[in-house]
Formats: sequence, structure tokens, C-alpha cells
Amino acid sequence: MCGVCGCGKGETRLEMGEQAQGHTAHDHRHHDHEHDHGHTHHDHAHVHHDHDHDHSHHDHSHPAPAGDVHSLRDDPSRRAHLVSVEQDILGKNNALAAHNRRHFNSHGVLALNLVSSPGAGKTSLLVASLQRLLPGTTVAVIEGDQETSADADRIRATGAPAIQVNTGRGCHLDAAMIDEAFHRLHVQDGILFIENVGNLVCPAGFDLGEAHKVVIASVTEGEDKPLKYPNMFAASSLMLVSKVDLLPHLDFDVDLLIANARRVNPSIAVIKVSATTGEGIDRWLKWIGAARDMAVASA
Amino acid sequence: MHEIALCNSLVDLIRDQQRQRGFRRVRRVIVEVGVLGHVDPHALDFAFDVEARNSPAEGAVLEIREIQGRAWCMDCSRLVTIARRGEACPDCGGFGLIVEQGEELRLKELEVI
Ligand SMILES: Nc1nc2c(ncn2[C@@H]2O[C@H](COP(=O)(O)OP(=O)(O)OP(=O)(O)O)[C@@H](O)[C@H]2O)c(=O)[nH]1
Ligand SMILES: [Mg+2]
Ligand SMILES: [Zn+2]
Repeated sequence: MCGVCGCGKGETRLEMGEQAQGHTAHDHRHHDHEHDHGHTHHDHAHVHHDHDHDHSHHDHSHPAPAGDVHSLRDDPSRRAHLVSVEQDILGKNNALAAHNRRHFNSHGVLALNLVSSPGAGKTSLLVASLQRLLPGTTVAVIEGDQETSADADRIRATGAPAIQVNTGRGCHLDAAMIDEAFHRLHVQDGILFIENVGNLVCPAGFDLGEAHKVVIASVTEGEDKPLKYPNMFAASSLMLVSKVDLLPHLDFDVDLLIANARRVNPSIAVIKVSATTGEGIDRWLKWIGAARDMAVASA
Repeated sequence: MHEIALCNSLVDLIRDQQRQRGFRRVRRVIVEVGVLGHVDPHALDFAFDVEARNSPAEGAVLEIREIQGRAWCMDCSRLVTIARRGEACPDCGGFGLIVEQGEELRLKELEVI
């Protein structure tokens, strides 16, 4: 079961096949099991099955004469035993993310996962960036949002192709959603921007297969954001300090924000930007260019 | 509340295990959670009870074992223990730390019948 832990190369497909069969296959088995459990031969099979797995010591100590099946069933504690599993709970997502990463690499696509609190300025920044990148650069956008498609509409107005993924009650994008969306977008030799759901907690654990997470922290938030949500800042390669056009009107210490970010991630890069005035957008696009060159060199 | 999604994956793993090993029910689920990770143990516990319904782990006890945070201090050139991210090296007071342990999220063992 290496596909589950994400370590196997080329096994992701298999994993997806299994997923496609879905829970019904599992549930079925579960049901059969329940219906069968009174049969003597089944309990025998059960013991034998455990025997194959090295975890059978308990079962060995309980002889199961034909007439004793009921007492075994009525006293389940006599058969309870520990089985060792040792699997990453995020293993399936990680395996799909690895699949996405290979897919992006083979398509010459640099994927960036933009994360922030709600309203930090992700969509505005994307719009400002796309206006400069188009038409010279191939770009596409996957918009994650819990309910609406308003952000995707704002992106499409720039002329860039965009797919909206509504996560419903889900508070983050996962690798399977990106896999599906990317197959529909079909980008080649370009940049894929993924705007994650506005949330600094949940998206931290879900690798999408991106080359980099980019965290956006606006100057209208607290300087202690990186300490309150350390995992997101730790997982990001770059912090964009957004809405810096507002700084003259605010009592906000940008250096303190940067120091806090570096407390949780000593190597995080920082660029100050404003979608409104365009300040810093060129530096951000240069950072993207460098990341593309690196991705191409290592692909 | 991504703990709901995490418990969904956890229950999927348990169903896989049931398919492979053929046990009837799960009475105890032992998971390892690193203290530096993104998971809130209380939220995980709450979400598990909900997500385990109608699964072989319905009613099972979720036992969460915390794994302490260990980081490499680039200034001291040694491993140190930290309780949370953003904490300084206990020896030199610096923040040049690279986390080596404490982000785990692992299904370790199942007690089954
Ligand atoms: N002054 C100023 N306002 C900005 C800037 N960027 C965004 N805003 C404003 O901030 C608000 C939120 O911007 P969005 O771009 O929608 O933020 P978002 O992160 O995409 O929001 P969600 O997708 O809902 O999480 C809007 O009212 C924008 O006009 C900026 O650079 N300067
Ligand atoms: Mg947005
Ligand atoms: Zn130190």
C-alpha cells in the first residue's frame, strides 16, 4: 500500500482508481461482514486472516471449537488486539499532490498557491499581476471559494482563463480539486495561480502540488499574524505585505511584521506591494520569473 | 475546521485496514499528532466522533499521542526542543531554527476486534 503513504512513484494513478471505486466498495464489504458474522466458518476465516498478519497472538490463545463461537462473539474483549498501521493521515492528499507536481513539471507550469486571511487582497493582487503578464505570458487561475464565483469573474475580466472551485463547507482546497481543475484548464508553459480559500489555518496542511505557497499579509491586519498562524508562514516561500498604499494612514510596524514572519520562517522572502498603486508589483513579477527559471532548471 | 477533512481521511484509512485485515470493529484509534503542526487535538477529537459514524470505528476512542517539537538551531548547530513555532532556541535565544520533528499526523495503531 505504498500509494497510500505517498512514497510510491507512478502509483498515484492506482490510488485514484481506488478512490474512484469509492466508499461503496468498502461499505459493501462492511455490510457483508456484518451479515455473515454468525457463521462459524466466517470466524475461522477471520482467525486465519489475522494469522497472515503477524498480529495474531491473541487469536492463537483462543481455540475456537465449533460450539464456542457464541461465547467468543459475546465477549469481544477476549479477542481485542492491537494492529500496527503507521500511515500518514494526509497520505492520500500528499500522493495526489505529488502527482500534480509531476504534472505541472511535465507541462512546464509554475504553480503558486496564494494563501491569506479573508480579504487580504489576493484577488486584487492577481488582477494587477495578470494585467501586466497578459498577453505575453501564458497564465491560468484556479479560484477557491466557499460559495460565490465573484472572484473568478473578476479574474476572467482580465482575459485570463479561470476555474472556480467551490469548496462548500470545506475551508481549504485539496489536491484532488486541483487535479480536476487543472485537467480542465490544460495550461502549457505558463503560470498557474491558485487562490486558496481565505483562511490562514486549514490550507496549511494541504499540499496542492504547488511549487511555492505565497502568503499575503495586509497592513490592515495585526503585526502578530505570523505568530498566531505560524504554520502558514512557515510553509510559505514568500510573504507579500499587501495594501502598503494605506501605510501613511495607519499605525502599522512593517518591520515588526517581517521580524515575526522570520521568527517562524528564517528564510521567507518578503515583498511589499499595493494592488491599488502598483507599487512592488514589478518586484513580485520578477520573483515569479526567478521561480520559473528555477523550476525549469530542476524539471 | 479542516479537522473534519482530516478525520474523513482517517476513517478512509481505517476502512482500508478493515478491508485488508478483516476485523469487525475498531475500539481504539491511536494517532500521533505533532505539537508544531496545524491540528487542534480538541477539534480532531470532536470531528472524529462525527466522522466515524456508520464506519467500523463508530464509538471508538480516539487516543491522541503528542509528539514534541524538535528543531535544528543553525547557530548552536544542534537539536533543541521547542513547545511551539516562533519560540526561540532555549540555548542561544535565536530564531534560526529548522523544525525537524513535531508536524506528524499519523495513524499509528488500531485496537480491533
Ligand atoms: N487600499 C487598498 N485596498 C486594497 C488593496 N488590495 C485589495 N484592497 C481591498 O481589499 C478588499 C479585499 O480585496 P480582495 O482582493 O477581494 O481580497 P481577497 O484576499 O481576494 O479576499 P477573499 O477572496 O474574500 O479572501 C477589497 O475591498 C479591495 O478593494 C490595495 O492594494 N490597497
Ligand atoms: Mg479573493
Ligand atoms: Zn541556538
